[in-house]
Order: sequence, then structure tokens, then C-alpha cells
Amino acid sequence: MAALYEGYTLCGVGAVQNSSNIGILGVEQGRDIDHVLVTDSSRCITIYKVSDQRATGSWSVKQGQIISCPAVFNTQSQEYVVVTDDKVVRVWKEDDVNLEKAFKATVSADVLRVLSATDSEPVVLFCCGAVRFLDLLLASPQQPIEHVLAEDEIIRWSTIVKAEHQLVILFSTEQRGEHCLYVQRFNPNTLVKHRFETEPCLSAPISFSATCRGSNIHLLYLYLNGSVYESVLPLRSSSTGAEGVLALSRSLCLSLPLGEEKLMSGAVVVLDEAHVAVVGFPHPSAGACKDYLCIWNTHFQTLQACKEMAGRIYSQLWCYSGKLYIPHGKMLSVIPFECQKSSLAAALGKLKQTSQSAESKSCSFVSSWTAQTYSDVTQTTEIKSRMATRNNSNVKSVDQLIEHIKTSAVEDVQAEVGEFIRRTPQADLQLAVGRVALELVSRSQTDANFYPQCVFLQLLETRYLCYSVCPELLSLAMVKKDLHLCQIAFQIFSDIPEAVTCAYLKTILSTSDSEMETVNLDTDSVMFMKELTRAQSRSDEEGGQLNGFCSPALESDVSDTLSNKLQRDPLALDMSCPVGLHKGALLNEVLQTAYSDRPLLPHLKDLTVPQVIVFLQYLRFLYFKYCHDAHKQIRALRTPSISQIIDWVCLLLDAHFTVLAVAPEAKRLISDLHKFVRSQVKLYAELGKIEGSLQVLNSKRSEDFGMYAIQVIELF
Amino acid sequence: MGEFKVHRVRFFDYIPSGIRALAFNRDTERMAVARIDGSVEVFHCSDRFFQEKIIPGREQCGTEGLSWVGERLFSAGLNGGITEYDLTNQKVKYTIDAYGGPIWTITGNQQGTHLAVGCEDGTVKLFEVNEDKIQFERNLDRQKSRIISLSWHPSGSKIAAGMIDMIQIFNVETGHSIHRMLADRGVGTSQSKECVVWGVVYLSDGTIISGDSVGMVKLWDDQTGTLIKSHNVTKCDVLALSVSQNEDSLVAGTSEGTVVQFQFVSVVLGKDDKEWVRTRTFKNHTHDIRAVEEITTAVVSGGMDAQLVVRPLLDKIEVRSAASALRKIHFPHRRLVSCARKSGLMLFQYPGHLELWRLGESEGKGLPGSSLFVKRNPEKLLHLKVKGEDHIHCSAVSPCGEWIVYSTASSLRLYRLHCDNNNISITKISKLPKVLSSANQLCFSSDSSHLISASTQSSVHLVSLSQAGCKFVGTLKPKSGSHQAIHLLATSEDGKWLASASSDHDVHIYNLQTRKAHCTVPVYSSAVTAMGIHPTTNCLFMMYADQQMCEYSIEQKQYTDWSRTVQRKGLHRLWLERDTPCLNVMFNPQNPSHVILHDTYMICIIDQSLPLPDDKTQFYNQLTLKSLPEEQRKSHSHAFKLCKNFKDILCVELMSDQSLVVVERPLEDVAAQLPAPIKQKKFAT
Repeated sequence: MAALYEGYTLCGVGAVQNSSNIGILGVEQGRDIDHVLVTDSSRCITIYKVSDQRATGSWSVKQGQIISCPAVFNTQSQEYVVVTDDKVVRVWKEDDVNLEKAFKATVSADVLRVLSATDSEPVVLFCCGAVRFLDLLLASPQQPIEHVLAEDEIIRWSTIVKAEHQLVILFSTEQRGEHCLYVQRFNPNTLVKHRFETEPCLSAPISFSATCRGSNIHLLYLYLNGSVYESVLPLRSSSTGAEGVLALSRSLCLSLPLGEEKLMSGAVVVLDEAHVAVVGFPHPSAGACKDYLCIWNTHFQTLQACKEMAGRIYSQLWCYSGKLYIPHGKMLSVIPFECQKSSLAAALGKLKQTSQSAESKSCSFVSSWTAQTYSDVTQTTEIKSRMATRNNSNVKSVDQLIEHIKTSAVEDVQAEVGEFIRRTPQADLQLAVGRVALELVSRSQTDANFYPQCVFLQLLETRYLCYSVCPELLSLAMVKKDLHLCQIAFQIFSDIPEAVTCAYLKTILSTSDSEMETVNLDTDSVMFMKELTRAQSRSDEEGGQLNGFCSPALESDVSDTLSNKLQRDPLALDMSCPVGLHKGALLNEVLQTAYSDRPLLPHLKDLTVPQVIVFLQYLRFLYFKYCHDAHKQIRALRTPSISQIIDWVCLLLDAHFTVLAVAPEAKRLISDLHKFVRSQVKLYAELGKIEGSLQVLNSKRSEDFGMYAIQVIELF
Repeated sequence: MGEFKVHRVRFFDYIPSGIRALAFNRDTERMAVARIDGSVEVFHCSDRFFQEKIIPGREQCGTEGLSWVGERLFSAGLNGGITEYDLTNQKVKYTIDAYGGPIWTITGNQQGTHLAVGCEDGTVKLFEVNEDKIQFERNLDRQKSRIISLSWHPSGSKIAAGMIDMIQIFNVETGHSIHRMLADRGVGTSQSKECVVWGVVYLSDGTIISGDSVGMVKLWDDQTGTLIKSHNVTKCDVLALSVSQNEDSLVAGTSEGTVVQFQFVSVVLGKDDKEWVRTRTFKNHTHDIRAVEEITTAVVSGGMDAQLVVRPLLDKIEVRSAASALRKIHFPHRRLVSCARKSGLMLFQYPGHLELWRLGESEGKGLPGSSLFVKRNPEKLLHLKVKGEDHIHCSAVSPCGEWIVYSTASSLRLYRLHCDNNNISITKISKLPKVLSSANQLCFSSDSSHLISASTQSSVHLVSLSQAGCKFVGTLKPKSGSHQAIHLLATSEDGKWLASASSDHDVHIYNLQTRKAHCTVPVYSSAVTAMGIHPTTNCLFMMYADQQMCEYSIEQKQYTDWSRTVQRKGLHRLWLERDTPCLNVMFNPQNPSHVILHDTYMICIIDQSLPLPDDKTQFYNQLTLKSLPEEQRKSHSHAFKLCKNFKDILCVELMSDQSLVVVERPLEDVAAQLPAPIKQKKFAT
């Protein structure tokens, strides 16, 4: 799972006219992970302490001079290096005030960039393709520089990769529409030229990102058509470059969705082995706007996190030590992110769920790929062939259906979709349902009068939908206050993001009970709530008949509240359900949703104090109820388990700890909860003590008869 | 088939004695085991490790070393004497004093001409082995500290001696020391503790291998007297070393209970440069390993936990079989309990005393699997201490419960028990016939009128018992064959027949009425472990160490048809794979077709009227039969009915009231009485 956190602005960017992306020349790592070096395209180099969001040093060049490449920090000599006017290399230290007074050297050829990696000498890359170590170059600045590239070959992009004490310079060039990648290795110096595979419709890669994993360099590059390819280059190569031009093998690792608008630029940066950050490409469900920063999982091709960036995006993106640096509008923002180790479960919705609900979830979208057994396949192909012969004309193709959805009335759509679901073979349905749902949602969003709830329910019942396929469905349902649809979706989807879960929770808690009772809900869940509350009233009636057992801890702690009702059974729960039946049923659904606690916590903080208190009251009610009526099993398909309830109590307390500590109305609630938990802890501690003895009794019982016994054995 | 009332007895506090030394005779494939109580046992390695011979120990014996010279067995101990054993009659032949104080080690050269002993006073004494005795020859140069371990060079010209903090190499010719090699003490706090070289092995290529109290196995060169290599094997002591015959494998026993194997292998494949490389570690003991021997296909080890462990080396075994499985021998292959069948008494034989117990009584009846209410608890009637230092060799109580007899190496004592109401008294029968000076095995005739004592030269003495005393009746001798000691005796119910089995596998049958040898059962390659004469048919039923069984008709002097059928069809694989010998054969007078057998882990009733199982039938079928309805059981049952409810069985006896006595000695109880092992740090403790 990956997440983008709330970002902040590092600095403003003076946009330069008639240039697509030259607001900032580059952002480079400073002397430690908290410092970055921002070179803007005017004349200024600034060091920022990122955590403080403030500049700690700034240098600028004289009027008339131009900074021609991003400044870098040489970690070996603790000096900054920049090139001005293509040929003048300037080196200065942190405490040098004036750049003009710093060391400078003029070299004999145009410098493209100075590349610096941690703990190694910076490398100077010349426009002609030659490379020199900085110290060797400065020793004799006027040394002749050879021409490596052809006359009209231009370097488009370059980077340095360092691993295992091996430096590798990568740069891509363009020459008359042909794109090549050069790999410069040191010790021994080799330069290998690779040609990018080209397809007629593809132009050039627009963005590159290289990382080193193991003994290979992984180069990711992005094309304008949204394809992200990966090429793997060995860190150490035996080839000397003498073999001529090698083809660069590649594999497609991500195909980004394209909007209608024609894209001009975009950028990709690798975050870890499974995640990439992309800017300049539209969010798959947010329509035309492309000002999104997205994190995609390349293993599962899923969108993991996204953030809308205000203002124009320049297709520039840097990533240093867990933070993304993205210039947009008139500012450079820092966005911390986190990528957790991805598993299929995490990528699709974490599935922390246990207990009885597991079986009902097993037929969700994910597992349906594997659940299709051989017989299934044969069956569907049979049906398919039968259909193909019989009513080929009757069943609309998906494309026809989608065209139809765009225009037809709700009733027609409902009939069409119903027919489509019935007639389409399972395997095809799986692929089609998502498209149909997407189309329905986008129509509903634009057309306020169009909201085919029954169709959505039908689609959900196929169980081929999941949150990732159609993320907007849930938010649409919440906007429309369609709690029934939400409930079914929460039952079926296993990959609902924590943010959406919290939004739904908020919706439920903010809806009044009276409004809620009118909603038509899943009967099973309502039955469960009825049973739960009835059990309470019944135990009120039958209170006296239970035996005289009474938990001493509970009694002593709660005696002040119960003293006036001592005649009643102390076990009977003196508590009514703090929320209505329907609200309880919906909350139960939320409790059973899979989540990861860390991403959930920040969203949980959005709840208001009264909402928190109501929810906590309900959780306390459930918890007490479960503990008291542990012997009663209420028959229902889906019930929250006691561990789920406790987990949510913990989460809620964690998220609102300070608020609950000071809110006067929460005091009673918290202290009740505390007393009860304490008594439970005592009880379980006591139970833990006898466990050992019971175990011994159990194991010894059969064999131990002492020194002598007279037994009867029978042989057959 | 039947219910049995079982007296389950666990109050026999038998503690096997720890193993102190092992000696393997490659020619005869016999393993001699010396225990801490001074007893010496001989196991037949190629006959399922059957315990052929037991020579009981004596107090204050302190055996420290064992050595074979040819087929003669010698031991030496802390009492300063060297003992030779008479293996034929299973007793001590003679003991001579070496006059060097306590002896720590004894070893014979490969030529079989000399014995060397290492003494407390720092001398290595050489004894010449003569025809019938040993003769002191001379001392090697006397050293300052005691000699702990010795090893001859295979040529017999040099001896390596392990001492405290050093190893000496002696030239046997001159008696002078050639080299002195210093063993390092441990580091740190153990620096002040001396390093005891517990074991040395002298290889034919001149390499000397030593194991010491610092936990090192060290390799030395005898030419230069230098250390070649050292292996740290343990944090505690390396107590025992043994090398294989072809000197390509070495095993070291440690006080942690592990056996570490080293092999002489070429480090680079295909090259001749061989090195001693530590290869395997076996852990089968809980306590110190005091002795270890590598035999042809296995490593045999023994130590303070009193079990003899035979750990097969699977790389040297061609066919995996029951004979090549891991074997742990906990209990002697002799009966230590005898029961008075008609009066409900049990006689427990401890090394130094006898205990007589009366069984308890139950009340009412119970369902199979249940325990009955014990109306009267078992009662210890008698505690009879042995006179003298010798340990008991054998003992018996008569079926009527009136007579008790036991024998040590030097004397035989017969007692008469008087039991009126609760007053128990015994009288020793004095003036025993001279022939009853000692016995290898004792038994009473079934009517308790005669005592039968197996004596030297395979002879059996018959003594009649009466109120007045006892009277020598006669001596029975086998017509021919060897004269190995008898280890099993069986009388027939009618008092007519007597069968005797000796350790060279001879089984002789005598007619007690005519007092003549009747016949000899054809000799089988395996030793007889138990036998009994059927009360009605007078057939001799014999169990062998290789788990075969034979039934021999005494009257017809031939194997019975059933026995031939068994031999023809073969026994079930699972039966043959059992690794403890059957120790008793009993018959159920109410059902003549039933033979009751037991070993350490099971009781088996063989119903000779039922079909024999073949390898396809389910052998352990009691649970299946239990679940079947009565009428179907018949079709599923076979001749072998095994009861595995009991384990660590020392004795099973069928009493005349049809109840079974099962004497168990749970190994946990034995372990609880052993001294604490070396404390080893376990994970998370």
C-alpha cells in the first residue's frame, strides 16, 4: 500500500515565459537527507532545509551570466559545484558568500551537466558525450575533450547511478528522430550504446527514471501514449562498446490510462521496486483534468494513491528520501509518501478481515480469476457457442450497451443491463461489468436526474465489481445518500480505501436516526440488530432467573451506579442501544470492512466529537453486549467479531485521544469503558492462571495411576 | 477372545547401572560392557544385540577398563586388580593385583601377547598373556602423574599414554619415553584446572588422537611430537574415543551425551591428501558418555544414563532392515522378577537384595479399559539382603510361594517361607548339597517339589525339597556339544520334562523321571530368549533373538505342524522388526491353543487355531476388531493379538487365577533417579 501525505510548499517558482518546464532547473540532494539544492532557471541556487521549509543559503550569479546546469553537492569535498555559461565550472563552500569570489575554471567544451552521487567524485558530462571526473578536469581545465556523439546528436536526459562502488552514467540522445541510450561505466571505462525499440506510433520516451537494485540498473521510461517500459541493464558489463549499437530489450510494466486531451508531457519517477509516481497523466476516473500526482503499483497495475495538484504541472518530478518534489503552479511542493511492501492483498484492499465474513468475501473480484474451474470454463464456452448460434442479434455488445447508456432513460438502461447480465457469459461479464459501471457512474455524475440504483445493485450482485474497477460508484452513492447501495458495496468490495471507509462512516453518523429508519437495508443485518436489542430487553425480563453468579470485579467497580438497582440481576446490561437499528446495521458493515490501521488513523481524525462519541457509545454497547451474552449465538450471516469491535475502539481512542480526554461528555463513557476493560483483564488474568493446571490435568489424566492398579484389558 | 485382569505393578525400583567401559571383539562380533556396579555383560552384535552373558558384579569393584585378548576378556579397576573372566561359565576366573594402585585403563595389543595397564602411581605395567594366566613382565618409565588412558600402536612397539596435562609416547622395547606432548589447559577460568587426557588412540600411520577434559580432540604426530590439528568438540569433557578398524572413522563421546564422528576423507575430491574432518554428531544420551565403540556398521555408546545405544551408520549399511535400526537397550534380557503363580507373590531381584511382595486384591468387576477398586494394597513381605560382596546372579520363588532361592558367584542360599496369617518368617536351609555351591540359573518344578539348578559345564542339578530339608537327587548332563552356561530353564507342568538353553544356542531336553537326556532341539542360529513347555501337549515353545518362534514336540522329537507352518509362511514384517526380545512364554490352561508372550513394549497372545497373518494383513488389528460387531470379528482376526497398553515391561506372568501380572519400570522413573546431567543452556532458559 502506498500513500501520499499532506504536502507543503518549499518555495515559489518564478515561471519563465515561453518555456514548458524551465521554472526550476533541478532539485538535487544537499549535504544530508534533510537538505535539498534547488537551482532555478533565473540565476539563483538555494539550499533548503526541508523539514523547516526554509532556505539556509542562497547564491546567485551576476546579471548576464546564465546557470546552465543544476548545482550539485560534492559530498566528498563538501563543496557545491555549478556550471555557468556552459563552460565555467564554479566550486564553492557553504560559507562562501559570494559566488563571484569562489573558485572557477573554464573548460574547453560545453558542459551539459555535473552529476554527483553520494560519496563519490562528481562527474562532468559534456554536451559532446564525453565524461570526466571533476577533480581530474579541474586539474587541467583546458584539456581537450573528445567528441563521442555525432554532430547533430543531442543529449536529452542524463543521470548517474551508483551501487556497489560502481558509478554508471546513463544518458539518452536524439539524432534525427532516432533515440539511443548510452551507458558509461567506469573502471574500466566503457561506453555502450543501446537503441530504443521504436514503434511507428511511438515518438520518444518523455521521462526516465533509473534505480539500482541488486546488480542491475532498472531504467523506467514513459512514452506519451501512457506506456511505461522497463529495461534492465547490468551494473557491470563485459561488453566494451566495440560491438556497436545494441538493441535495448524492454518490458511493459504499466499502461497509464489516457484522457481525451492530447498530452504533451509527463514525468515518472521510481519510488521502489513496485511503485512509481507519475505526473501529467489523468486520474483514471477524474475525467479530463490531468493535474494529478499518482502512485501506481507496477506489479498489480493498480492506482495506490493520488493527489490533485493545483496549478499547472511542469512534468518535472524528483524524489529524495521519501519525499516527492513537484513544481506546480508557482510553487515547488514537497509531498511525503510511503510505500509499503506490496502484496496482492495489500494492493487490492488489505483483507485483514478474519472470522465468518471471510467466506462471504471469497467470491469477490479478486478470487474470481482463480475460482473459475475447468468445468466453469467448459460451461461458459458451451453457453457462449449456444448463444452465438441462437440469439446473436439479441444481445448487445458491450460497446453498444455503453452507447445506449449514454442516452437512454433509467428504465431502459435497467432493462438493457439486466438482459446483458443474464445473457453474457461469465468470463465476458467479468470484463464488461467494470466498463458498464464506469459509464453509468459518469452519466449519473453529469446528469442529476439519472441514478439507476437497481442497475448498480444488479451489477454489484454479479460480484465482478470491486472498488478499484469503479472508484466513483461509492462516492456517487454517498452523494446520493443511497445507503443501501453503500451497504451492499461494503459487503462485497474488499478493497475500499480507508479514506472512503471514513467518509462513509461520517455519512452514517451524520445522518439522523429518523431519516435512517426509512432506508431499505439488507434484511439480514437488520435482523441481527433486532436480535441484539431484543436480547437486551428479554434479559431485562428474565433477569431474576439467572443464577447468582456475579463478577466481583464488575460488582465492586460499578456498585455505585448499580446500588439502587441491587434487586435486579447484576448481569443484565443496563444499557440501551445508543443508535437506531438501521444505523447500527450500517455501522456493523463498517466494522467488518478490511482496513490497515495506519492509513485509517488520519482519516478517522476527520470525525467530529459528537460523531466520535456516538460511535464509541455504540462500540461500547456492542462490546458489553458481546461480553455479557457470550453464551448467546445470534444467527446471522455477517456479524462483527469481538476483535473487530475492540480494534475499532482502539483506533477511535487513538485517533481522538486528546479530544476525548478533555471533552466533558466523553468522561463517563471512557471511565465506564475503562472499568469494564479492567474487570475483563482481571478475569482473563485469572483464567490464564488456571489454564496451566487444566492443561496438566488434561495430559496426565489417562496414564497416572500411581504405583499399582488392577485393570481390565480385553483382547479381541 | 477374552478379558484379563491385570495387576499393573510399578513399584519395582530397579535402576540399571551406568555403563563404564565397552570392548568390541571383531572376530566373534561380541560387545563386552562393563557397568559401574562391576557387572560385565556380553552382547552378540550380529544376533540383534542379544545379551548372551551376564557376569554379576560385586561391591567396591570399580571397573575402569575392559579389553579382549583373543577370545579372553580382561578388566581392571580402581581396586588395583586385573580380572580375567570365565565366559563359558559366566564368572570371574581369577583376579591378580597389579601393585600399582588403582588402575585407570587396560588395553591389549593387537598381537594378543601383552596387556598394558595404566596405574595411579604413574606406571604403565606390561603383562604377558599366557595360556591360562597373565604374568607381570615389567614397568615402563614411571611418570609423575597417573596414567588415564593407553593405546598401543598396531605394531605393538609403541604405546601412547594419556595423563594429566600431557601425553607420553613410550617405546615398548626400551620402556623409555620417546616424546612428551603437552595438552593445553582451557582458557579463562579453567586455566587453573588441569587438563585430563581421557582417551588416546594410536593409529598405524603414527597419528595419535587424544580427547581431553577441555573438550578438544587433538591430532598429534608421533615422529615429531607436535600437534597437527585440534578440534573443539564440546565445552565439557571428551570422555571416550574409538577408531574404526580400517582407521577411516573416529568417534568421540562427550559428557554432554553427544557422539561426534570424524572421518578421514580427502578434502579435495579425487585427491589423496586426506584429513580428519568432523562429520556427524549423534545425541542419544542424556548423561555423560563413558564409553564408545565403532563397530562394523554402527556406533555403540554407553554412559551414565545406563542405556546401551547402537546407532547405525547408514553409509555402511547395504540393506536397511530391522537389524540396522537405532537400538536402545535399557533393561537386561533376563528376568529379574519371578512369580509364585499359585500364591500371588512376586520376587524382585536387585543387585544386592531381594524383595518379596504380595499382590493386591480387587473387588467387583469392571468394564474393559477400567481400573478396579483395590481392596487390599500390595504388601512387601520380605527384604532379603545378600551376604557378602557378590551381587545376585539369579533367583527364584517356587510356584507355591514356600521356597526362595538365590545364587551369587560364590554361594547359593535356599530359604523356606512361613506364612501364617500376617506373620512372615523365613528359615535358611542349611546343609545344602555340595553341588549347590553356585548356579547360573534356578527354577522350581511346577509342584514345587524340586529345585533345579543350572551349574557349570552345562550340567543341571536336581534337588528334592521337603519339610525336612533338601536332598540331592541327581545331575543331568548333555550328551555332547559344548559346555556353555545355561541361561534358561523350563519344566513341564506334569513334572516329567526339563528343557535347558545355553548361550551357544543348544537346547537340551531331559526326562526328569528317568533323569536322562531325552533329546536335543536342532540348533538354530539365533539365541533362545524365552521358552516354555505346554502344559497339555508337552510341546516346547521357544522364542529366538531374531524374533522367530518354534514349537517342538518333546514326545515326538520333532517340530510341530504349526511350527512348520509358521516357518513356511514366515512371520509378519512388523513382528520381525520389533527390537526387544521376548522374555517369557506362558500358556493359558483354560485355552490350550493360546501362547502368551511379552517383550518390553507389548504383550502378545498367539492363538494357534487362527490363521497366520501375511504381510498384507493389518498386524496391529485390536482397534479394528474392537470397532467391529462380534460376528465379523472372526473373519478379521489372525493369530497374533497384541496388547500395547503397557510399556517398559520387565516381566509378565500369568497367575493361576487367570490374572496377569505386568511389572513395568517406566523410563521416566529411572531417569528421575539418575544424577543430574551436565547443565546445558537451552534456548530461552
